[in-house]
Amino acid sequence: MLYREVGQFKANYSADQAVFPILQDRMGLAVILFVAVVLIPYFGNGFFIQAVMIPFLIFSLAAIGLNLLTGYTGLLSLGTGAFMGVGAYACYKLTTYFPGVNILIWVIASGFFSAAVGVVFGLPSLRIKGFYLAVATLAAQFFLSWCFIRIPWFYNYNTSGAIEVPTRTLFGTPVTGATATNTTRYFVVLAIVVVMTVIAANIVHGRIGRMWMAVRDMDLAAELIGIRLLQTKLLAFAVSSFYCGVAGALLVFLWYGGAEPAVFDVNLSFFILFMVIIGGLGSLVGSFFGAALIFVLPIVLRYLPPKFGMPIQAATVEHIQFMTIGALIVLFLIVEPAGLARLWQIAKQKLRVWPFPY
Amino acid sequence: MDILYKVFIDPFLQMGTAPDLLVQTLWEGLVAGVLYALIALGFVLIFKASGVFNFAQGIMVVFAALTLVGLHEHGIPAYVALALTIGVMFLLAYGVERLMLRPLVNQPDIILFMATFGLTYFLIGFGELLFGGESKVMIAEQLGLPRGAIDVKMLGGFVAFQRIDIAAAIIASVMVAALAIFFQKTRIGRALRAVADSHRAALSVGISLEQIWVIVWFAAGLVALVTGIMWGARSDVSFALEIIALKALPVLILGGFTSIPGAIVGGVIIGIGEKLGEFYWGPLLGSGIESWLAYVIALIFLLFRPQGLFGERIIERI
Repeated sequence: MLYREVGQFKANYSADQAVFPILQDRMGLAVILFVAVVLIPYFGNGFFIQAVMIPFLIFSLAAIGLNLLTGYTGLLSLGTGAFMGVGAYACYKLTTYFPGVNILIWVIASGFFSAAVGVVFGLPSLRIKGFYLAVATLAAQFFLSWCFIRIPWFYNYNTSGAIEVPTRTLFGTPVTGATATNTTRYFVVLAIVVVMTVIAANIVHGRIGRMWMAVRDMDLAAELIGIRLLQTKLLAFAVSSFYCGVAGALLVFLWYGGAEPAVFDVNLSFFILFMVIIGGLGSLVGSFFGAALIFVLPIVLRYLPPKFGMPIQAATVEHIQFMTIGALIVLFLIVEPAGLARLWQIAKQKLRVWPFPY
Repeated sequence: MDILYKVFIDPFLQMGTAPDLLVQTLWEGLVAGVLYALIALGFVLIFKASGVFNFAQGIMVVFAALTLVGLHEHGIPAYVALALTIGVMFLLAYGVERLMLRPLVNQPDIILFMATFGLTYFLIGFGELLFGGESKVMIAEQLGLPRGAIDVKMLGGFVAFQRIDIAAAIIASVMVAALAIFFQKTRIGRALRAVADSHRAALSVGISLEQIWVIVWFAAGLVALVTGIMWGARSDVSFALEIIALKALPVLILGGFTSIPGAIVGGVIIGIGEKLGEFYWGPLLGSGIESWLAYVIALIFLLFRPQGLFGERIIERI
């Protein structure tokens, strides 16, 4: 009834090719933004913002990054964690050398460092495909992790080997470091994630996105219709690593407040890959769904059983949590291999023809 | 100049002046390589027969070893525990086929790959729930595995061969030979090769895919059990062993996903390359290069042969 596009005429091409051509979609988006910008900071408590919303947004951004590479271009990567690490360490080094410059500029700039590293490790993708490429990106993962541990220059020769985020201000308000409030950090993360999501949506709807998808569907055929494989694949690696790098910088600067090299190990890569696959390959909204499910699920599993009066030891909870996550991943794949985004699409289609389905 | 000397000349001088150390390093690399190869073998078996890139092979190794040790701790004699563990691996294979593979048949590779990730997490949680997360000592003695080392005087020094390593090498060779015979000479082996060639053609001549998958996963489970015993006897049985599964990946791409001899040769190349690199070039770069050297070796090979050393030639059609 409500979700129907009848009568919404498009008078020109730009209206027809808009990212959100349907009025109800735009309204829904406005509602979501209203909730995110007004309701959550106003009503949400500090714990909710700090422990749920900020990491959810950051992981969504990383998932979008990986989705551009794996979902849109079809290049399987297991090096996401390391690319996020490059972003975080680049941001750390930049703000150490130039403390006066606005931190947001460095967060974005660190993405470029990550993109450069991504391009280097993306070079084998021209010759190597599928699972072989996944293993090749694991080389990036292990090599970069090793660098973060073994090269003291990255962490300013700290004895602890960890990086500590200094306090930096934006228009006089601290946004990073111990004195920054949850709400400030939330707004900064939200702004960056929204802007970068809009950019990603425009990229995948445009010519570059079409090229990526052609390469994903069959790279040989794509080459024959005149797409330059090397440039296209490397561009995908660059953009994807850029997103991951910014997400990594946000992760350390606006969420953890400090990080050890172990944060960016191979498990983080797997974690992001779960989000992308469960959310839906080749779908931006799926990245958000995936991040929500994979990230929020453990939290729910931790806090739900005690609510029902089930006294379980902490260690047991963790084991059961692992089992449940594993079982749920398999279950989700069986129920809907195309991910949560497909379920969302099906629901929208059902709504569109309701109450007279054909 | 100094750095060039350190990279290209000094390590070889060291090898020349202390050949006993070189032999020792080579031997250790060989043994590590054999163990990598065993894990890679489990991957290859499953990949050949079902096209599934089984990420859970590493955790199956841990799970098998944990089950064996855990059962023994409950007072079950070692050999009975071994038999029971084999039973558990069969149940696991059956369960995986029934609950995971069958509903996911005909899905893209990446989905099946993700499903094995789910299996990995499930087995980690399940194993820890049953047997606890702390590391355990493998019941090597009770199973009759030898201990101690043989010191051999050669090349102006002593080279120590651990008896358990020799046993590992022999058992691995026997197992590979047995698998080769099984694949080449038996009825089931022929069926397995048929399935590996083409699922659809195999189905059409009346081979039951479900049955084959159970057999293959069971075979991979047995390989995992042997690997777990061997690896556990050298160090402890703990979930840290999971890391070695990731070590098997470069072995796989080096040897090719579909080749059993490839897994063995790849394992040995990676094992020896890793130990030599760590021992002679490691001090130059700072220690710990073992963690990525294998991948870089594999990557260099891949740039020249994208299908691995023994993999089937990749032919693309439009």
